[in-house]
Amino acid sequence: MGLVARHLEANGMPTLILGSARDIVDHCGVPRFLFNDFPLGNPCGRPWDRKMQHEILALALDLLESAEAPRSVAQTPFRWAEGGEDEAWRQAYLKLDPAKREELRRAGERRRSSQQRARQDGRARSD
Amino acid sequence: MLLAQSALPLVSRPVASVPYMERTRAWYQAQGYERPYRWARFETVPFQPLEKALSRCRLALITTAGQLAPDGQARLPKRVYSHPTATPPEHFYTEDLAWDRESTHLDDRSSFLPLEPLEEQAAAGRIGSLAPRFHGVPTEYSQRRSQEVDAPELLARLREDAVDVALLVPL
Repeated sequence: MGLVARHLEANGMPTLILGSARDIVDHCGVPRFLFNDFPLGNPCGRPWDRKMQHEILALALDLLESAEAPRSVAQTPFRWAEGGEDEAWRQAYLKLDPAKREELRRAGERRRSSQQRARQDGRARSD
Repeated sequence: MLLAQSALPLVSRPVASVPYMERTRAWYQAQGYERPYRWARFETVPFQPLEKALSRCRLALITTAGQLAPDGQARLPKRVYSHPTATPPEHFYTEDLAWDRESTHLDDRSSFLPLEPLEEQAAAGRIGSLAPRFHGVPTEYSQRRSQEVDAPELLARLREDAVDVALLVPL
């Protein structure tokens, strides 16, 4: 989305990204970004919480209107959960433990050998 | 005094945001892929100021959620698509997107595609209007495709609809 925002902006259209992956958007560099620090999937607010969604959208419109320079970034005041629970989802995302590492290693091997077989079959057919 | 400082409640410390790039790299490395993905990075950033008040602007919404095929299961081809804002689908194809399946869900469309909240803002006069179509843009592994194919296609569609500003909401 960062690349798309940059293209629109460079061609005369103001943009704002409302998202939750702050490091990726900051790394890219975009004109305007409202960061909502929630699990990936609900950047516009907690599911079914219309009041929160309304407030986040209002903040997005405020930033869209008030930004005066590129890399204008603001953060919503909301937290996904309180205390330790708010930390739990951050730790859980793509968490690697020994069992998960082994599962991923095997999945990677399976994928590579099936890709190799497909390449070999392709060559055999073209011979 | 020193004691008082060290006794500050932990909750007052700023929370670090999730290091998504680092976690994603480690995830693919664990699968045996040695060459890490390189996220796009630019030194300079374009900027287009609003040329009129937001209350007179037509706003379009852009999502990374994909279109479901008519059978409700598969995804339609991965390319830019457009859909009337008046009749949004209830569900989208999101299997290929990196959203947090453990901690949340996508059952409430407004949590990632805020069409109704935007209609309310239009009715209240905060924005001029919501564009007649919203658009989907695939999150491409190919940055070249995003920049040379998808972004120009989206821009053309936004111009067709006389859009003034774009709100981009990646999942």
